[in-house]
Amino acid sequence: MLKKIIIKFLFSFALITKVQSAESGGMPQLNPEFWISQIVWLVITFGALYIILSKVILPKISDNLESRRSQILENIEIAEKQREESEDKIKKFDKIILNSKLEAKNLFNEARQKVLDDIDKKRSELEKNLEKEIEAAEKEIQNLNKNSAENIKKIATETSSGLIKQLVGEEINKENISSIVNDLTNNSKENRKNV
Amino acid sequence: MAANPMNQFNVYRIGPEIKLGNVDISFTNASLFMVISTIAILIVLNLGAKKKSLIPDKLQLLSELTYSFVSKMISDTAGTKAKPYFSFIFSLFMFVLFCNMFGMIPYSFTVTSHIIVTFVLAAFIFIGVTIIGFIKHGLGYLKLFVPSGVPMVLLPLIVVIEIISYLSRPISLSVRLFANMMAGHTMMKVFGGFVVSLGIVGGWLPLSFSVALTGLEILVAFLQAYVFAILTCIYLNDALNLHH
Repeated sequence: MLKKIIIKFLFSFALITKVQSAESGGMPQLNPEFWISQIVWLVITFGALYIILSKVILPKISDNLESRRSQILENIEIAEKQREESEDKIKKFDKIILNSKLEAKNLFNEARQKVLDDIDKKRSELEKNLEKEIEAAEKEIQNLNKNSAENIKKIATETSSGLIKQLVGEEINKENISSIVNDLTNNSKENRKNV
Repeated sequence: MAANPMNQFNVYRIGPEIKLGNVDISFTNASLFMVISTIAILIVLNLGAKKKSLIPDKLQLLSELTYSFVSKMISDTAGTKAKPYFSFIFSLFMFVLFCNMFGMIPYSFTVTSHIIVTFVLAAFIFIGVTIIGFIKHGLGYLKLFVPSGVPMVLLPLIVVIEIISYLSRPISLSVRLFANMMAGHTMMKVFGGFVVSLGIVGGWLPLSFSVALTGLEILVAFLQAYVFAILTCIYLNDALNLHH
C-alpha cells in the first residue's frame, strides 16, 4: 500500500514536470509583450501612492504621533508640577500642625499657670483671712479669759454674799468675801498647776 | 490534471487594448493588482490617520505602528539625514508588502513576481541613490570604491570588486524579490497539483506541505518587503554618510 503511494507520488511528480516542460515556453516573466505596460502602470500606481502618502496621509500620522508625544510630555510636566506643589503643601501643613501644637501647648501651660496662680492667690487670701480671724478669735478668747475670771469672781462674791445673807441673815462686808474668793481661786490655780 | 505552475504568472489584457503611439500600455491583471494594492494601502492608512484620538483604536494603531516601524528602520540604518526620503521608503515598503500579500490570495496575481517590476523599482533606487551620492559628495562619492586601510598592492583588485558589487546592486535587489516570490508561488502550485493528482489517498502529505508553505510564504512576503526596504536604506546610507 505504502509502496503504491510512493510510486504514485513519484510518478505524479514526473508527470507534472513532463507536462510543464511540454507546455511552457519558459517563464512568462521573460515575455516582453507587457513589459512596457507593467512599467507604465507601476509608475502610475506607485507615483500616485507616493504622492498621496507623502502629501496627505503621512503628515497626518506624524502630526498625530507628535501631538501625542507632546501631550504626554505636557501631562508628565503637569503631574511633576502638581507633585511638587502637593509636597510643598504637605510641608506647609506639617508646619502649621507643628505650630498649632506648640501654640496649644503654650495655651495649656498658660491656662494652667493662670489657674495655679489663681489658686495660690485665693489660698493666700484665705490663709490671711483665716489668720486674721484666728487672731481675732484668740483676742476674743483672751478677753473672754480675762473678763471671765473677774466676772466669775464677781458672780462668786455676789452669790456667796447672797448665800451668806440667806444662811446667816446678815450682811457681810463685800470686801472680805472677795478676798476669800480671790484666795480660793488662787489656791485652785495653784492646785491645777501642781497637777 | 495539474495546470502548469508557471501559468499563474501569465499577464493578460483586461478590457480594451490601449496603445500610446506604438507602445502597448493596456490594462492587465498586473495593473489591476497594482491598483488594488495601492488603493488598499491608501484606504487602510487613511482610515488610520483620520482619527486623531489620544488613545488610538485598532486601525489608527496599525498605521501608527507601521509609521514608527519604518521610521525606526530608516533612522537605525541611515541615520537622521535620511528623513527627507522617509515617504519614499515608506511607500516602497508598503507597496512591496501589499503586492506580496495580495499575491498570497488564491487565483490572484503577484505583481512582484515579475522581474520587470522589481527591476524598475531597483533601478530607480539605484539611479536615485547614485545621484544623491554625487550631489552630496561630488566626485568624492567615488571614494566609496576605495575602502580605507587596504594595502596598496590589493587596491586595484578591491576597487574593481567594489565597482562590480556596486553595479550589481539593482540586479541583486530586484532578482532577490522576484525570485523569492516566483519560487514560492511555483512551489505552492506544484504541491497543490500533487494534492489533486494523488487524490484522497496520497494527497495528505503534499496538502500538509502546502499548508506549511502558505505560512512560510506569508513570512517570506513580509520578509522580502522588509529586506527590500532595508537594503534601500543601506544604499541610501552609503550615499548620505560616506564612511568607508
